[in-house]
Amino acid sequence: MPTLATENRLPSPDDFYEALIDTHRDLTAEQSGMVNAKLILLLANHIGDMDVLREALSHARKGV
Amino acid sequence: MLSTYGYPKFPYLQTEEQRTGVVRRHPVVVVGAGPVGLTAALDLARQGVPAVVLDEDDTVSVGSRAVCYAKRALEVWDRLGCARRMIDKGVVWNVGRVFHRNDQVYQFDLLPEPDHKIPAFINLQQYYLEEHLVAEARKTGLVDLRWKSRVVSLDQRDGHATLGVETPDGVHTLEADWVIACDGARSPLRKMLGLEFVGQVFQDRFLIADVVMKADFPAERWFWFDAPFHPGQSALLHRQADNVWRIDFQLGRDADPEEAKKPENVVPRLKAMLGADTAFELEWVSVYTFQCRRLERFRHGRVLFAGDSAHQVSPFGARGANSGVPDADNLVWKLKLVMDGVAPDRLLDSYSEERVAAARENLLNSTRSTDFITPKSAVSRLFRDAVLDLAGEHPFARSLVNSGRLSTPTTYAGSALNTPDTGSFAGRMVPGAPATDAPVEENGQPGWLMDRLGGRFVALYHAGADPVPAETAARLDALARGRIPFAWFAVTDRRREARPNELVDVNGRFRERYDATPGSLYLIRPDQHVAGRWRHVDAAALAEALNRAIGR
Ligand SMILES: Cc1cc2nc3c(=O)[nH]c(=O)nc-3n(C[C@H](O)[C@H](O)[C@H](O)COP(=O)(O)OP(=O)(O)OC[C@H]3O[C@@H](n4cnc5c(N)ncnc54)[C@H](O)[C@@H]3O)c2cc1C
Repeated sequence: MPTLATENRLPSPDDFYEALIDTHRDLTAEQSGMVNAKLILLLANHIGDMDVLREALSHARKGV
Repeated sequence: MLSTYGYPKFPYLQTEEQRTGVVRRHPVVVVGAGPVGLTAALDLARQGVPAVVLDEDDTVSVGSRAVCYAKRALEVWDRLGCARRMIDKGVVWNVGRVFHRNDQVYQFDLLPEPDHKIPAFINLQQYYLEEHLVAEARKTGLVDLRWKSRVVSLDQRDGHATLGVETPDGVHTLEADWVIACDGARSPLRKMLGLEFVGQVFQDRFLIADVVMKADFPAERWFWFDAPFHPGQSALLHRQADNVWRIDFQLGRDADPEEAKKPENVVPRLKAMLGADTAFELEWVSVYTFQCRRLERFRHGRVLFAGDSAHQVSPFGARGANSGVPDADNLVWKLKLVMDGVAPDRLLDSYSEERVAAARENLLNSTRSTDFITPKSAVSRLFRDAVLDLAGEHPFARSLVNSGRLSTPTTYAGSALNTPDTGSFAGRMVPGAPATDAPVEENGQPGWLMDRLGGRFVALYHAGADPVPAETAARLDALARGRIPFAWFAVTDRRREARPNELVDVNGRFRERYDATPGSLYLIRPDQHVAGRWRHVDAAALAEALNRAIGR
């Protein structure tokens, strides 16, 4: 069963992080919420594996 | 009063039991003459069992309720000989469109597969449906319809049930070996037995309007999220018989139902939707909230719950009557075999097991649809809107759009009545699945496989291109005359000298849909579900499967 990769897979983590924050530039909190929601949906479909997604969902919820 | 429909008034007649005061024991009493009770009574009659049907009212379903009937419910009614009239009177449709604001985000076609006798869906007002069923039930001469007869008490002891029935002439008593409780979502019988009906109640109110108009909208299901003419809320448009169109408007949680129903509030909403120039006449308006709940078990001794009394779903997906009718379909043959002493009493427990599984599936689907259509939190609404936003451009998001997952039949996958496969088969006709149709020719006449299934066990032997081996025919003939009678047919690839039980698989659909190879054998239950299948005829295995399918 494939599991969620939690070691780094990004060739350039800082590039990704910057791009993520840039995507939200000049947006209201509400607009950012919409961008995040769409992003989650796009990525979830790309992953396409329910076991991996469940794992990610539970990691994300942890400690909140 | 509706301009397109006059409600029949069925006569209340005093019965002999009332006149003489002698309490009679009936084999089966059905409580409730809605779609499910009438279907059960008709099915019993087809099995030769007389049924008393008690209903507190004296007419059909009033106002606008069920509209869409799915293929499987229609197949049940077709088996009972009354689907043709419904299909002819109704509006056949296959295409659904989903809009977000002004844009179409999604379109679906329900029956892309050719070669089925029965369409995917028809739309028909519930009152027409019930009127047809009443007429059909009357024709049998075995259904004793008693109007203005309200059940006010129910008691079970000493192997029978006692019912108190209130009529215009007062209360009298009936006894029944078996009671089928089809008394609807508010089921008084459920309360009489002290049974819990648990689940979810949704807060959103919906306004339902029937309008008469001559409009150019096609016979399709149109659903809007955040409708341009009804901002922030959903709307649904369906065409019914007689140029009556059904429109559902989501009103939200805080709407005042009495205010919303007033014509001065309804008409502007409709004008905004239909266009200021469209002439229409308002036939009916009502406001609903929806529930998703069920009984834990559908059998309680000699009382069997079926339809809305056993499970209530929200209407998104049209899973109400469409799942109640298969309850009756599942129950009646079992009851008949138990009444005849052929099957053990526990066969009736399998009714509850199989239909509870179906109700779970339906409730899951209808709850999910309701959550998508009426999100209950800010974040749920955010994701819903994000899905709709993406759906225009990205195909994957269209699969997430849930405007109601339309009713499909349940495969009784885990049922104890199934004989697990020993051979390997591809396709959907797994044990527990509802049989699928195929065009067949019988005695040179074109027809349908589904017409040969149902009402009794049926074995289908796939002969392929060769004649049925004499030894196989002899074995099947001998077994068919046994304790559990069944009919058997040979499905062949080509026309030959027609034998009475030969079905010609005219265009190979049977072979394809059943993954049949020469020698394959299917056993189909009286409710047209697959009981078992084999790659080769083995009389002992078939006999065992028959026993298993009746709970032995
Ligand atoms: C707005 C709306 C839209 C819907 N759309 C669809 C749809 O498109 N497709 C679909 O499949 N389903 C739909 N449904 C659901 C469908 O209407 C029900 O599932 C269906 O009517 C259930 O049939 P029933 O026979 O179980 O119960 P009911 O139709 O409720 O019948 C119960 C009967 O029992 C009688 N009764 C009650 N108490 C007693 C008593 N004590 N003694 C004697 N008689 C009694 C009543 O008079 C009534 O005739 C919709 C429902 C609503 C509200």
